[in-house]
Amino acid sequence: MSAALRWPLRAVLLGLAVFVIFGPLANLLIWSVAEAWFWPNKLPSQWGFRFWEVVFRPTGRAMESLWLSVWIALLTTAASLALSIPAGYALARGRLPWRPVVLLLFLMPQAFPSLPVYINIAQIFFAFDLNGTVPGVVLVHTVHGLVYSVWIATAAFAAIEPELEQAARNMGAGAPRTFFEVTLPLAAPGLVASAIFVFLESLDEFTGSFFVGAPEVRTLPLLLYNAAAGGNIQIASISALILLVPSVAFMLLVERFLKGEVMAKLGR
Amino acid sequence: MSARLEIDRIETSYGATRVLKGVSLDVAPGEFVALLGSSGCGKTTLLRTIAGFLSADAGEIRVGGRDISGEPPDRRGMAMVFQSYALWPHMTVAQNVGYGLRLKKWDRARIDARVNEILAMLKLDGFGHRNVTQLSGGQRQRVALGRALAVEPQVLLLDEPLSNLDARIREDVRHEIKALQKSLGITAIHVTHDREEAMVMADRIVILDAGQIAQVGPPETIYNAPNSPFVAAFMGATNVVRIEAERSGEAIVVAPGAGNRPARLARPGPQGFARGKLVAHFRSEAAELADAGADFADSLMLPGRIVQAAYPGGVWRYSVAVGESQFLVDAPEKRALGDAVAVRVPADALHLYQAGAS
Repeated sequence: MSAALRWPLRAVLLGLAVFVIFGPLANLLIWSVAEAWFWPNKLPSQWGFRFWEVVFRPTGRAMESLWLSVWIALLTTAASLALSIPAGYALARGRLPWRPVVLLLFLMPQAFPSLPVYINIAQIFFAFDLNGTVPGVVLVHTVHGLVYSVWIATAAFAAIEPELEQAARNMGAGAPRTFFEVTLPLAAPGLVASAIFVFLESLDEFTGSFFVGAPEVRTLPLLLYNAAAGGNIQIASISALILLVPSVAFMLLVERFLKGEVMAKLGR
Repeated sequence: MSARLEIDRIETSYGATRVLKGVSLDVAPGEFVALLGSSGCGKTTLLRTIAGFLSADAGEIRVGGRDISGEPPDRRGMAMVFQSYALWPHMTVAQNVGYGLRLKKWDRARIDARVNEILAMLKLDGFGHRNVTQLSGGQRQRVALGRALAVEPQVLLLDEPLSNLDARIREDVRHEIKALQKSLGITAIHVTHDREEAMVMADRIVILDAGQIAQVGPPETIYNAPNSPFVAAFMGATNVVRIEAERSGEAIVVAPGAGNRPARLARPGPQGFARGKLVAHFRSEAAELADAGADFADSLMLPGRIVQAAYPGGVWRYSVAVGESQFLVDAPEKRALGDAVAVRVPADALHLYQAGAS
């Protein structure tokens, strides 16, 4: 291909990529400040921040949903860390004969279509009175997040040379002290990354929250769904934009924390 | 602080494989002992069993008379310098060195003082605030040593601590470690596969072979009087010649063989030897090259032909084909390939063993 042709082609491809990624975002942005936008107008006929004010009104349901979502995401993160730290350490250090099977087991909730899984969970939870409760939603999100947190925690612990722990034992530190002063700080970047993944997954999660939580527990994605289904595109757009902020922020963080060598240990 | 270390019939396994098959060793307070052997001989296993990272199936380990074989690694009073150094990357140099003291609940000021003293001793002044990842190999090695020495251990364990260093630095560090160990009077066990390193550093060398002790002794004894063909070969006497001989008073008479001329050697040969086959080991630097026809008294003469020559420095090293076998011989003079020569091995340079006995 000649150089004369190459540059315009690149420009077109780049423009296409930008449009595919930022086009929908721009649409969201415009909708969020559109107070009136009727077909066949190309742009809103009336601009304003009225709907932002509605969403951020202290008594507004949107803010309530946002805080609920964040609270559920924090609880989910804590629950999955509480499980994945011991599980990951055992999988990385112990000579478990069923190690690959156990790792696959955590993948199971992702492997099946989520609708039948969550409908069944909802039925089981019904028997335990967990439907429509925050613990129920946290539980569903935790199961969903475990695959990330256990896998990443396993890799993070496996990446630590056993001699680093032996050196601490050798200096006179007992097993628990060695774990908290050597193992855990060294695994921290990987664990933080897994925590961020779980947090974001929980924040975004819809299907499980819908079957287990709705209508009592109304997370932000559920609110968004209701708003969109009810034709309230402005509220839906603003909710979507709010959801986008932590996702982007944390993805940038993850990129810094999750080193290649940690991911490489996943295959061991 | 130094203590006697007694290792009593220790047996250790990795899974189903028995690696140590009953090793006993008595190390005096302040003594420097090198565990020497090829890879897989069990030397590292022995060190890790002493440190408590592996548990022994049988036997006892006593430090200062106290049996520690059932104790976890943190209650053994040992300090180990790892081959990988195993420095904690999330701590500074000073935190690494001071960690053991923090565990002993020393106060901050006292730890700082001790750490500075150790760093000064190891010529690492001013490195305290550095991150260990910013150090060179030699500096890391010294931090690892400093961390072990800071706690004034009863026994210092060294797991091939020099194998990751450049050859030039290694020479210096050998002497530094040895000098420090002597001045502090610490009992030390040093694992190495480097013969010269063991010779230079140790008061006593333990040669391990397939999980058992092959020979224990001071470096010069191991070098000059290896008690088995294995130790002889391991200590560099790699030229092997098989001979037929008969004892005659305080001498042995060697019959002419495939490679050797008849000879009379003024030494009694191995203990209990009367007549039969012998295996003779000798070092390339202990033999000489003579002209093909020459004959020397009290020497084993092996006539052959030069097939290879190299100059490693100082002397020439020739490969001489004698019958079916080849020998390496050092000689100061230059000779041509294909020259007919005789390898002369003086009687006292031969390590003789009865054939069949390993």
